[in-house]
Amino acid sequence: MRNPQLNANGALTHLLSIEGLPREVITHILDTASSFLKVSHREVKKVPLLRGKSVFNVFFENSTRTRTTFEIAAKRLSADVINLDVTRSSTAKGETLLDTVDNLVAMHADMFVVRHAASGAPHLIADHLRRLGREDVHVVNAGDGRHAHPTQGLLDMYTIRHYKQEFTNLVVAIVGDILHSRVARSDIHALTTLGAAEVRAVGPQTLLPTAIEKMGVRVCHDLRSAIRDCDVVIMLRLQNERMNGALLPSAREYFRCYGLTPAVLALARPDAIVMHPGPMNRGVEIDSDVADGPQAVILPQVTFGIAVRMAVMGILAGN
Amino acid sequence: MGEAALQIRNGRLVDPANGVDAPLDLFISGGRVAAIGQPPAGFTAQRVIDASGLIVCPGLVDLSARLGAIEPELAAAVAGGVTSLACPPDSKPPLDEPGLVERLVRRSATVGLARVHPIGALTEQLAGERLAEMNSLARAGCIAFSQAKRAIVDTQILLRAMQYAATFGYAVRLRPQDDFLARDGVAHDGEVASRLGLTGIPVVAESIATATALQLAAHTGVRLHLSRLSSAAAIDLVRAARDAGMRVSCDVAVHHLHLSEMDIGFFDSNARFDPPLRSASDRDALRSAVADGLAAICSDHTPVDADGKQLPFAEALPGATAVELLLPLTLLWATQSRLPLLQALARITSDAAAILGIAAGSLAVGEAADVCVFDPDESWRVTPESLRSQGKHTPYLGYELSGRVRLTLVGGKVVFEG
Repeated sequence: MRNPQLNANGALTHLLSIEGLPREVITHILDTASSFLKVSHREVKKVPLLRGKSVFNVFFENSTRTRTTFEIAAKRLSADVINLDVTRSSTAKGETLLDTVDNLVAMHADMFVVRHAASGAPHLIADHLRRLGREDVHVVNAGDGRHAHPTQGLLDMYTIRHYKQEFTNLVVAIVGDILHSRVARSDIHALTTLGAAEVRAVGPQTLLPTAIEKMGVRVCHDLRSAIRDCDVVIMLRLQNERMNGALLPSAREYFRCYGLTPAVLALARPDAIVMHPGPMNRGVEIDSDVADGPQAVILPQVTFGIAVRMAVMGILAGN
Repeated sequence: MGEAALQIRNGRLVDPANGVDAPLDLFISGGRVAAIGQPPAGFTAQRVIDASGLIVCPGLVDLSARLGAIEPELAAAVAGGVTSLACPPDSKPPLDEPGLVERLVRRSATVGLARVHPIGALTEQLAGERLAEMNSLARAGCIAFSQAKRAIVDTQILLRAMQYAATFGYAVRLRPQDDFLARDGVAHDGEVASRLGLTGIPVVAESIATATALQLAAHTGVRLHLSRLSSAAAIDLVRAARDAGMRVSCDVAVHHLHLSEMDIGFFDSNARFDPPLRSASDRDALRSAVADGLAAICSDHTPVDADGKQLPFAEALPGATAVELLLPLTLLWATQSRLPLLQALARITSDAAAILGIAAGSLAVGEAADVCVFDPDESWRVTPESLRSQGKHTPYLGYELSGRVRLTLVGGKVVFEG
């Protein structure tokens, strides 16, 4: 089965998931992002790569922050950006996902940036476009259910490469609610493809997916032993609705067992970096002293995110 | 029904119920099997059918086929060689009132293709709360009672339902799945669901419900049939119960003999099934259970339209069109497992008829002439156009399958000829 995001020549036509992306494709995106990062520092922050193209941000699930970063990235590429908050419009009137897509294609969309609560929704759209013979319309997955958030995964890789240069000797811990995290899945695929020495999935059994070790990670339940000798610590957001119930007894107990405090972080390598996809729950998964401390690279992640999203959109539009 | 005298000659007669696998002619008159091998005295065939190179077997018996629209689905059934089918009660509305059952029986008799055997609802509205009027439903034509896909969450009500069914000797069919453990689940709780970020249904959801059903059946003495088992763990429990002397039967949906969680690929909603496609080792356990006769095979035919499938995986409706694929997929399994045809066809004829307790699946002299004549070697491509069912969705779309039905008789009457 051909990877649905690559065309017959192996070039990227959609970005749906990091799973199955060749290492060279990932590296090419990161290298391109590096050149776009300079654009963000110029007086005139625009390049004409997507001039005349229409990028539709189609968010079936609310996310002001992610949508904004895509909007900024598209505008810096000189695209026309149209934001659709679908949660409040057509689907509320009973229109199906693919009806919405058909309508936007009729409006001459060149690219869809899609967020959806259901895992696989961007794949469905990409498959639909293929059946319509419209492979000139590109899909960027901006987060689908628990499945994937590939631009977040790529910006995390960009951040790691920025601080650590190489992946091959790195030990990375991903801590928290991996079960519900599309970021964790994207990071794991990216890290294993880029050859990280060890990826540790850390959390209570209730927050780790079944057979997650099949994705090439080592499962750890004890944060302190898992963080030892780590080069990179990626903390995940714990959603409010998961804090009290059958998954966890309380936020307080979670913080005691899995919260990243200065004392715990001291067990990692002295030059370890701390990442978080945001938005953070201070005092739940991460202590403010760590979040605001010298090892945190959480705000640079956001800056790199724009360059990475510019790179993804630029590369797709060129293929 | 037409009762022309027919002779089917030069075919290979495979009749698992009677252990027959030999080149024998079949003589039919008055809608029944008149003789095998030699014509009865004074027999004059009004039509002679040449079955050279073809298999002549009892019409297939499908343990579970949803009808949706009656006429197209029964046409699909006979095109697939199925002459008797059991229809689960989760139609809209569910089969929980005698009037609904009578109407289904009457309408399917009017269509006059495959014989339809309704399974009545075990509880009102399948809600698992109040018992359905089983005795009245049985009088209207129900041959067993089930909850279709729904569970009876309250085990005391399940116990009472079994006791009440046992009172009248009715069989209870359950698709074992614990509702709590399966909550929101759309795929096997394993590596594929974890990777794709789909909510999993763990095997224990099935094995716990299987154990509960077996214990309650042993306690009440009800005749229990477990439908559409999907896991090695559930098979092991049924095997142990049978070894301990319990009268319990089970079946496996034909897709589960061939497919596994891996076939979901990149969110292919055609691979969304209920119960879900499980691991390759579960599939292998199902294959051996069917091979050694512990389980029969059903099609679990579920016509789903495009609106129900062109959705993100978790939102798509489970199920596939299957009644026309039951024979070719059973033949494929038999070939891969190097099983004799006699043994393989038993799972979709005599074994299934015995489970349903209906007079079907046998070509002994005097039995109703429900017959399927097929070419085991003719291959055909599964396309929306080649399927008569209104359901066009199946993981086998585009595949070439071997085994093409040429002729189907119900009560001696030709109901399909292809």
